[in-house]
Amino acid sequence: MIRLTEVTKTFPGTSKPAVDKLSLSIGEGEVVVLVGPSGCGKTTTLKMINRLIEPTSGSITVAGQDILSMQAHELRRGIGYVIQQIGLFPHKTIAENIATVPSLLGWDKVRTDERVAELAQLVELSPEFLDRYPGELSGGQRQRVGVARALAADPPVLLMDEPFGAVDPIVRANLQDELLELQSRLKKTIVLVTHDIDEAIKLGDRVAILSEGGHLEQYDSPGEILRNPANEFVADFLGSDRGIKRLSLIPISEIKLDPGPVLSRRATREEALSVMARYDIGWAAIGDGADVEGWFTADDLEGHKTLRDVKARSFQIKLKPEDSLREALDAVITSHTAAAAVFDGDRYLGMATVDEISREIVQ
Amino acid sequence: MTTGTSAFTIAQADEPFIRWDWIGRNLDDLWAATQEHIVLTVIAVGVGLVVSLGLSIIALRWRKTYTPITWVTGILYTIPSLALFAFLVPITGLTMLTAQIGLVSYTLLILIRNIVAGIDGVPAHILEAARGMGYTPRRMFLDIQLPLALPVIIAGIRIATVTTIGLVTITALIGQGGLGFFILRGLQFFSAIGTTQILAGTVLSVALAVVADIGLLGLEKLLTPWARRRVTA
Repeated sequence: MIRLTEVTKTFPGTSKPAVDKLSLSIGEGEVVVLVGPSGCGKTTTLKMINRLIEPTSGSITVAGQDILSMQAHELRRGIGYVIQQIGLFPHKTIAENIATVPSLLGWDKVRTDERVAELAQLVELSPEFLDRYPGELSGGQRQRVGVARALAADPPVLLMDEPFGAVDPIVRANLQDELLELQSRLKKTIVLVTHDIDEAIKLGDRVAILSEGGHLEQYDSPGEILRNPANEFVADFLGSDRGIKRLSLIPISEIKLDPGPVLSRRATREEALSVMARYDIGWAAIGDGADVEGWFTADDLEGHKTLRDVKARSFQIKLKPEDSLREALDAVITSHTAAAAVFDGDRYLGMATVDEISREIVQ
Repeated sequence: MTTGTSAFTIAQADEPFIRWDWIGRNLDDLWAATQEHIVLTVIAVGVGLVVSLGLSIIALRWRKTYTPITWVTGILYTIPSLALFAFLVPITGLTMLTAQIGLVSYTLLILIRNIVAGIDGVPAHILEAARGMGYTPRRMFLDIQLPLALPVIIAGIRIATVTTIGLVTITALIGQGGLGFFILRGLQFFSAIGTTQILAGTVLSVALAVVADIGLLGLEKLLTPWARRRVTA
């Protein structure tokens, strides 16, 4: 969908190129994240795609067409653009902001209004905001409007320059989730720039790691990059916790679950204590096969000969097979239980244990 | 002792300070002069605004021209108004044109500075977003930059208007002047009639300036509804 061939950008007055002979190919419907330290040319690269910066040499095609063969403003109207500061027009209402590109393209009012309403719904923006001005919205709401505005004329390509850099971490996480959700329905070709490797791993189908001068150090799926960093630079950039980062990409269903310390109501106190001893933990679950009702501690057994009348405590955290190992690890650590129960709906599947999770970190 | 001084002394002794009856008799003339004053001001600020917009666009397009433009308009601004009219009368005569050349000249520096500052004050990320979405430079100027610069531009128009209303009175010297006519004529009477005329011209001119300033402030509020509605949270 987008192809950069030997693209170089040298800014006037500098000898070293900001981007040096970069070649990159981005497939249709793919989310590619450009990531790297400051000065790596990632934003320059992004801005060359919509010609906000003109390349010094090399060629860039979008949908097979050389971008230099079109009028810059025509090209840009066909490419959605989202920036960190959002850049909403403060003197226009939210509806007018969203309708920016349709208005530049000369759509009629009916078509524009319909599209604006549709987009407001898409980014979950309540219609009452449409008549307000950007100054009246919160940061997160403005960012949604920014995305709606970029999508207004339904461009096949979306360029996002640090889109979530200016919002607080909780809002950022929500907006990232929303973007992924949106992308699963829209299937746009998205090029996103960030300096945050975690954001790159979370959002990218493929991640391009750039070093100073726009050198492409590695271009692969997040899982592959975390598993096999191409070189020292990539390994350093990923950080020493890259093994743990990788956990967020692996679903629980990929690891072997332990059957766990599960006992039926008929089991005796001694049987229960020996199971706990075997697992080296102070608790066990009560259940029968896939039907697990809860758990109890050694202290709960006080005064009971069998488990018949022991009160079952309910699980605070029930993991799902599609949850990531990162979430499983969080659950195990925060609950102090050394293992976390995994359920598919009501069906008990087993326990995700620290041993099994850490096996994935080591690999 | 000159006769002038004695006339003034007598006037003070015999007559009230303000001759309300004179005002009553000359209401029509005062109204006509006020209208003339307004027309002279509107033409001066209007033409000044058009010229300033043109020069500002040149200054914004070719940055190097901004300094010479402010230099020239700055020199125009500092020429004493009396001297300027004295220079112009031999060329353009005792005409409205002479008056307007002077009045317009004095608006340029204020207006150009405010227009350029207003346009420059539009945040870079807003312009980047506009360009990134496919605005052409011309459309961006009209649709984004100019509206966002409006509060600063109108602030300039307010100063220029108030200044011009004051300056119009000077043009009475070359037979224009609106309310300045009464001030000038009042100076020739050392009597309550004179004082009354000076006061009438001055008070109306000041009132005009205040009304114009408030009116323009109202216009700004009307044209920039977005600037008022902001969340405080």
